[in-house]
Amino acid sequence: MAKNTGGNSLKLKKFLNRDNTVGYVFALPFIIGFLGFTIVPMIVSLYFSFTNYNMISAPQWVGLKNYVRMFTEDNRFVNSVGVTLKYVFISVPLKLIFALIVAFLLTRKSKAVSVYRSVYYIPSLIGGSVAVSLVWKQLFSTKGLINNILHSLGMARISWFGDEHAAVWPLILMAIWQFGSSMIIFAAGLTQIPASYYEAARIDGAGIVKQFFFITLPSLSPVILFNLVMQMITGFMSFTQTYVISNGTGDPNDATNFFALYIYNQAFKYFDMGYASAMAWILLILISLITFIIFKTSSTWVFYENE
Amino acid sequence: MAKSKKIVTKTLFHVLIILFGLVMIYPVLWMIFGSFKNNREILNNSMQLLPNIWRPENYSTGWKGFGEITFSTFFANSFFVTAIATLACTISSALIAYALARVKFKGRKFWFVCMISTLMLPSQVVMIPQYIIFQKLNLVNTYVPLILPFFFGQAFFIYMMMQFIAGLPKELDEAAIIDGCSKYTIFTRIIFPLISPALITTVIIQFYWKWDDFLGPLIYLSRPEKYTASLAIKMFADASSTTDYGAMFAMSTLSLVPVFLIFLFFNRYLMEGISTTGMKD
Repeated sequence: MAKNTGGNSLKLKKFLNRDNTVGYVFALPFIIGFLGFTIVPMIVSLYFSFTNYNMISAPQWVGLKNYVRMFTEDNRFVNSVGVTLKYVFISVPLKLIFALIVAFLLTRKSKAVSVYRSVYYIPSLIGGSVAVSLVWKQLFSTKGLINNILHSLGMARISWFGDEHAAVWPLILMAIWQFGSSMIIFAAGLTQIPASYYEAARIDGAGIVKQFFFITLPSLSPVILFNLVMQMITGFMSFTQTYVISNGTGDPNDATNFFALYIYNQAFKYFDMGYASAMAWILLILISLITFIIFKTSSTWVFYENE
Repeated sequence: MAKSKKIVTKTLFHVLIILFGLVMIYPVLWMIFGSFKNNREILNNSMQLLPNIWRPENYSTGWKGFGEITFSTFFANSFFVTAIATLACTISSALIAYALARVKFKGRKFWFVCMISTLMLPSQVVMIPQYIIFQKLNLVNTYVPLILPFFFGQAFFIYMMMQFIAGLPKELDEAAIIDGCSKYTIFTRIIFPLISPALITTVIIQFYWKWDDFLGPLIYLSRPEKYTASLAIKMFADASSTTDYGAMFAMSTLSLVPVFLIFLFFNRYLMEGISTTGMKD
């Protein structure tokens, strides 16, 4: 009897120490969370996207109606996609270019350089906060700092948040302003480039500009790809800035009605959950499509060391 | 001659970098000094950085909050939500990272791909059903929806810790097994202590994200006494017809104090963390 339990506990111990058991014990939080907070909600969301649902009465199956409505009846939606694409396609490349140039200029290892880097990182650190959005709103107000600078330079004041052609630019500028985290990642990538590459280039008489385009850029291309994809996704999901600055309206005339804000308003202001879910799926498809295109084209401009 | 030219370019370089740095942080400085100004100065005299008269009373006015609820409540709420979410996220992410990076179990590749794909999933897709589920469970206006998801790890940090664990020599595990460690005690005695830099980085970054989070509280919290600081500042700006900008900037400045303090003391971990996640290898 005693021997038997001893055998059982040995068996149990052996079972517990098997790789499969250990793996699933440790991965369990992820598996539960993935099913409960990602897969199940995704399925529910897909179902809602084919229904009319206002949270009061039961969801009503409407087939593809929500998707059709989006592209044929809802000009605000089409506009919202357009505004978001404009924001992402302008701010992300400029942000990365800025990050790259500053990282390249600040490569030397010195106390001063690491202080500079930290200072340039501060906007990224706080940029997502409500506080910064409120400051931004004041800086670009009619009598704000930016307009006063323009005025003192002899230019006309711009009604930044009153003019539909101007309104997205402060938001784009705010995104570019937060180039710090990309810069830190690029700076880390730069330290991995062997110094011998630059020495060889210098011997061949290549100046700093040539070195940048023929050594730095190709060597960093995998890191640039990673940053491009991550920043693009962040850009598509941009919400706090436009919510705070436009008071949740996306004004003027929907010029800052970003995709994420429009989904939020459809869901939590109009309680049109079915329609909002359908829009969220279009957002997912759009992001996947652009990511796919970036990866497809990346073979032409991304160079891996061991090729 | 060549040497003096070099010194000139070097000085010029530093001056330019410093000037540009000033431009970069000017909005922050403008907010901090703005928190000591009155409305007239903020609205009509935006070119001036320093206040004419310092008004520290903006802080006490702002602290009073709105609707009888002071900012001590809002900041306490923020700390509560942020502390629990951060702690839960750090520990669960470490467990998961260990499994995915070190344990050869069936389905590891599959779960790894699932984990990476959540990195790219826009939160809008799951936001609506999550809200409806929490609403049916009567958990809206509680902190559960803001905290619970963090008990199951976050892909960004799992991936970062996996990179870190991959850098630890396998011989450590083998030696530990010879010494009688199980796969469980390898985690608690060896891996967990050794990845402490990655843990600290996770704590810092997660703290920032959660502290700044606006969309979550906006969706789930509608009773002012539950508001977190970020939501309260936005509502403070809207609360009365004439916003007290000085007081608003005072509370905004205070809301950034924890962020700056951590930045000051843990800068190194932050920089390392950001760099390692961005690297391909």
